Amino acid sequence: MTDVMDRPALKVVGTRPIRPDGVDKVTGRAQFGADFHLPGMLVGKIKRSPHAHARIVSIDTRKARALAGVKAVITAADLPDLASQEYEAGESASNLRDLSQNCMARDKALYQGHALAAVAAVSAQVADEALDLIEVVYEVLPHVIDVEAAMEPSAPVLHAHLFTEGLAERPATASNIAKVNRLGRGDLEAGFGEADVVVQGRYTTKAVHQGYIEPHACVAQVSQDGQCQVWSSSQGQFMVRTYCAKILGLEIADIRVTPAEIGGGFGGKTTVYLEPLALALSRQSGHPVKMVMTREEVFRATGPTSGAVIEVKLGAKQDGTIVAADVVLKYQAGAFPGSPVGAGSMTALAAYDIPNVAITGYDVVTNSPKVAAYRAPGAPISAFGVESAIDDLARELGMDPIVLREKNGVVSGVKAVYGPTYRDIGYLETLKAIKDHPHYAAPLGPNQGRGVAVGFWFNVGGESTAAVHVNEDGSAVVVTGNPDIGGSRASMAMMAAEVLGLPVEQVRPIVADTASIGFSMLTGGSRTTFATGMAVTQAAGKIVEDVKRRAALIWDTTVDKVAWESGQAVCLDATKSAVKPLTLAAIAAQAGRTGGPISAEVSLNAQGAGPGFAVHLCDVEIDRETGHVTVVRYTAAQDVGRAIHPAYVEGQIQGGVAQGVGWALNEEYIFDADGQMENAGFLDYRVPVASDLPMIDAVLVEVPNPRHPFGAKGVGEAPIVPPLAAVANAVRDALGVRMCDLPLSPPKIRAVVDGLAS
Amino acid sequence: MSKRHISTTVNGDAAEFLAEPGATLLDALRDELRLTGAKEGCGSGDCGACSVMVDGRLVCACLMLAPEAEGRRIETIEGMAQGGRLHPLQQKFLEHAALQCGFCTPGLLVAAKALLDQNPDPSETEVRYWLAGNLCRCTGYDKVIRAVMDAAADLRQVRRAS
Amino acid sequence: MVHVVLAGADGREFTGGEGAFDVEATSVRRLILALDQRFPGFGDYVERRMAFAIDGVIHQDAYGAELAPDSEVCLIPKIGGG
Repeated sequence: MTDVMDRPALKVVGTRPIRPDGVDKVTGRAQFGADFHLPGMLVGKIKRSPHAHARIVSIDTRKARALAGVKAVITAADLPDLASQEYEAGESASNLRDLSQNCMARDKALYQGHALAAVAAVSAQVADEALDLIEVVYEVLPHVIDVEAAMEPSAPVLHAHLFTEGLAERPATASNIAKVNRLGRGDLEAGFGEADVVVQGRYTTKAVHQGYIEPHACVAQVSQDGQCQVWSSSQGQFMVRTYCAKILGLEIADIRVTPAEIGGGFGGKTTVYLEPLALALSRQSGHPVKMVMTREEVFRATGPTSGAVIEVKLGAKQDGTIVAADVVLKYQAGAFPGSPVGAGSMTALAAYDIPNVAITGYDVVTNSPKVAAYRAPGAPISAFGVESAIDDLARELGMDPIVLREKNGVVSGVKAVYGPTYRDIGYLETLKAIKDHPHYAAPLGPNQGRGVAVGFWFNVGGESTAAVHVNEDGSAVVVTGNPDIGGSRASMAMMAAEVLGLPVEQVRPIVADTASIGFSMLTGGSRTTFATGMAVTQAAGKIVEDVKRRAALIWDTTVDKVAWESGQAVCLDATKSAVKPLTLAAIAAQAGRTGGPISAEVSLNAQGAGPGFAVHLCDVEIDRETGHVTVVRYTAAQDVGRAIHPAYVEGQIQGGVAQGVGWALNEEYIFDADGQMENAGFLDYRVPVASDLPMIDAVLVEVPNPRHPFGAKGVGEAPIVPPLAAVANAVRDALGVRMCDLPLSPPKIRAVVDGLAS
Repeated sequence: MSKRHISTTVNGDAAEFLAEPGATLLDALRDELRLTGAKEGCGSGDCGACSVMVDGRLVCACLMLAPEAEGRRIETIEGMAQGGRLHPLQQKFLEHAALQCGFCTPGLLVAAKALLDQNPDPSETEVRYWLAGNLCRCTGYDKVIRAVMDAAADLRQVRRAS
Repeated sequence: MVHVVLAGADGREFTGGEGAFDVEATSVRRLILALDQRFPGFGDYVERRMAFAIDGVIHQDAYGAELAPDSEVCLIPKIGGG
């Protein structure tokens, strides 16, 4: 790999060009999942369980099938009954049986909204009528949603086959605790024995949804020869292809998935819900089938992330040295195992160099929708507990909260609590950026408070393919297999333009379907600019080598006598002093004479992603009458490695902050006594709106990752990690009372204010 | 129930379509006229992704019945760019990177244009409250607000010059 | 000898609870084979579930990655993301 290029040498990387897909998006032309239309297309809809937990005694679809205009009806009986099997598809392993049964319940409905049957009909009205005609006999079972209640031995058990993993001995009875994971080092008891000060707290968070504005949508078509096509909005067309093949028992080669523009994902579109069902309906009906979720379905049957209980105990010496930390995490997984408690455990203390540590995590199934990845999955939850406790520790010690974090902060060469030795990290630089920011010293007004919190995310690399094609006029096309959620096409074009020496406007990036580019893992884990960017850069590098060879041919010299400078081949052969440099356009014009079209493709498995650290500073103001908390100022610093397109890096940070603020202040799944979600709409599930937020000052700290050609680190996930605690710590500062249960909604604030008054 | 025939004006041109009595204006625009720039994010008037103008008023197309469009003048995102030129708001959204996924963008642009048409010099607070009905989950609104303020400033200069 | 460290409790059911051991290996592929020979089934488990932090640089699914004689390889659960 080439060395990380110096900033001054870069012409394109680090600038802010207009994104290549922008005009389509501001004019309404961009085609999202629900915008696709085929002739003869049917409307597919899903019958969902009204019960949070019920045995499915029978499903009678005869009346629905008989209704005029109904072309297909499916239940789990129309899908293969898969055995329990872990399968890697694009990112992390999933259990195929669980995935299939989450798309369509087989024996039991495990949450309200769980899919039971699906129909395809000539219109939405007919499809709705058909759903009403499907007769389901249920045996309603007791349900459990609260994570600690689900861990009780007396709790209703969701899966008779689920025996806790990670214990010394396999338990004798099934339970809802899918896994216990432990992480630690040192001697906890001795550590706390050394401590002068001990703080502890028990914190809770509620399930929150990713809240992408575009509901899940797809169109599927199965032709008479079994060839399948899917157009869908997801974070990975290859992920959709693999999962559809596995769930339906189809061959990969028979499925082609075309990615639509994606209207937000945040991790929530790293799995499938509709696509296998739409294919099954199309196969049965012989028509293309479109399925689009309503917002209510999105809330009831997709995402969210875990609600959780976090217990933290910290011990420190009087000088601020943290000597021991004990963390217990209990995360809801929803209906099937697989909460992000593992990542929550590994990230919980990643910013701290503490000798004696124990972290215990519980993955617990509950009668709520199976959780899906949500931006730095698991990390904001554990950080909320740890960063709240660190804030209390700073107060207890009378130390500045940033100085306390600096004193215990990790640097390159230090062993992370989760195992590896850090390299090339920029945590202390990021802390300093906040400490030196004018915001940190700015005076606060009445009823205002200030909070600091930090966050960590690993970032990943993984498998990607990229192709670069040079056109006859010397312009270029960059092809990748990664859906562009937040402007990644711009970064891809910029990296290619940098290497090729072209103006970025002459590089057109596209996201190709599964038949038109090699395999790429999905867009997630903050991997695209890092890993796919590496593939793009290497492909562009191959082009440069190729055109140098061609220039040598044109000049009748050897390739070692050709240099590539500022987008031109320059002849170093002293005997050819008369020749002028050749631009890419000049070489492309003669491509036929020098070996044919100029193209390069690179497939790789990118290793060595650099982790990201974020440090956030938040001011809030409390309305003591209404209990409303307003975020009045917010500054977020992050080590981004090197920003390829700084505006979209800032955008990632600002968006992550907004989501974190919503998590802290307003957002929560509210269930009634029957396990029905009571707020399955944007009116009652309140995500931050424009008038809720101030400007968000994103401070980019650049400590390059030497394993990426331009030094990039993933940036999308770290920014959602600190805000929960940054807001809570600011509220603590304003009120003088520690609040441990999110969201910090007006009724809870009012209760504290009233308590203080009396 | 049989469909009804509706005559209306969309982006300045006469447009006719058939609609179920219960269909929304959003259904008609997207499914009958194939103007898919207005998006359905919620179907309940909470997200603003389907914002359109009806007789000069900003409405959520998902909250209006299609037959109510009879005889009305409808403007959608597809009509915002005039000829080959983007509206200054569209241009500023691009320059400020005020979109990430772009799904809420058409609704935000239609709503922002409605604001600037009636208030050429809004404060940041006025812009934030006006756009409070348009949810964006990607951007944290920072760059959206900056783009609208910048477009307003540009439009004021154009007005002064003319 | 490459020094192998298991960061958490994951996988210790194969190692009899051991969390650190030295193994002769010059690549990740050879390390997996060596681990499987030493603790039957562990190599397969590591392949499916674990990532390799080789002297601090995280590798996932990387048979070809080279190991120096004094490398430290920390086995951590595979990481996904949002």
